[in-house]
Amino acid sequence: MSDSAEALRVPAFRRGVKFRFDTARDAWLVLAPERLFVPDEPAVEVLKLVDGVRTLAAITDDLCARFDAPADVIMPDVVALLDDLADKGVVTW
Amino acid sequence: MVTPDAPMSLLLELTHRCPLQCPYCSNPLKLERAGDELSTAQWISVLDQAAALGILQVHFSGGEPMARADLPELVAHAAKLGLYSNLITSAVLLNGRTLPVLADAGLDHVQISFQDAEAEGADRIGNHAGGHAKKLAAAQLVRDTGLALTLNFVVHRHNIANVGKMIAMGEAFGAGRIEIANVQYYGWGLLNRAALLPTRAELDTCIDAVFAARERLRGKMLIDYVVPDYYATEPKGCMSGWAQRFINISPAGRALPCHAAETLPGFVWPNVREESLADIWYRSEPFARYRGTAWMPEPCRSCDRREIDWGGCRCQAFALTGDAGRTDPACHLSPDHAIMAEAAKEAHAPAPEFFYRRIGANIGVPA
Repeated sequence: MSDSAEALRVPAFRRGVKFRFDTARDAWLVLAPERLFVPDEPAVEVLKLVDGVRTLAAITDDLCARFDAPADVIMPDVVALLDDLADKGVVTW
Repeated sequence: MVTPDAPMSLLLELTHRCPLQCPYCSNPLKLERAGDELSTAQWISVLDQAAALGILQVHFSGGEPMARADLPELVAHAAKLGLYSNLITSAVLLNGRTLPVLADAGLDHVQISFQDAEAEGADRIGNHAGGHAKKLAAAQLVRDTGLALTLNFVVHRHNIANVGKMIAMGEAFGAGRIEIANVQYYGWGLLNRAALLPTRAELDTCIDAVFAARERLRGKMLIDYVVPDYYATEPKGCMSGWAQRFINISPAGRALPCHAAETLPGFVWPNVREESLADIWYRSEPFARYRGTAWMPEPCRSCDRREIDWGGCRCQAFALTGDAGRTDPACHLSPDHAIMAEAAKEAHAPAPEFFYRRIGANIGVPA
């Protein structure tokens, strides 16, 4: 596991953003000011771990354990996903 | 007939009463009076039906929604139903007494409209002395309360040069999002078009400022930008298509596929006093009339953008061609596209006085 400064970054939902399961559509949704996203499966797995406390390293460890994949494969994907969600105003990190 | 997906979003015009008189107001020219507004129980029923239909977000709007004393009760009910709640407000009634009540009720997001980045121009556009100062105080209060905040700026020839200052205001308040929206020229906006439409050069400067700021503020503040159709080559995908995602309820309970739809003739709009929201969405004729692509004329029908822009805006097609079923003249492929360039000449003439938005206004419609 990398112990770079990046690995210690902590993603958090932005103000006014809600991540929840919608039973009517049988899908996880991100609700935000004038925004509505239906995240794909990898994004859902990452967003479930975003709590404003867990670091990128901790999120990556969790995913590695569950999906049986090495951190150096998973972490760049998680970073790219969080960068994209930050651009969309869903998370800060 | 197309069976639509469940609607996503509900805009409640709780009232048309408003302390401001902006000459581009999105409300219809014929404003509804307080005595015709739905009761609290009726609005509660609309919220219950909306949640059951699968609606996810509810926008409390107006007029000024805070003119309704039951707003906190409605917000609390929406929160109980798990609906994402958004307050669209002028903020002149938002203060240290009224905001905490709404926050405690479970409000998720506040969008404050500003008429300009500077008080003098802003108060002239809203025709409300002291309004801008109240809005600044309210925006700070929203931030201090910890609620998500959007600053909304409607831009036109009197304020478009200040777009940089508008963006700086968003940054100064730490707003998560700002909206730079050109006036949409229907209803009051169309009535005041000669007083509001900017020139192409003014617009280009604005667009440059918006795009540069977007890049600079990436990941920090979202900047949503709404184009003015008069300088467009392709129409906007108005409301993501007629009755595809969105329901608007007028103060008196009329259900509409967009807030300007009452400008269209030849419709008897369904009313939530008489019909269920499910019947209105899935079975009413007005909601089905321009839904999907089957209604489209050429050049829309065979266009590969037909499910991107959905033929543009029906209200604009009617306002400029007299036929709501034509291609939006904003499209460069529309046989009526020259109307836009003709109208844009107004932007080079001196701006006439505003027709301010007032209930019971005696409007002389320009020729």
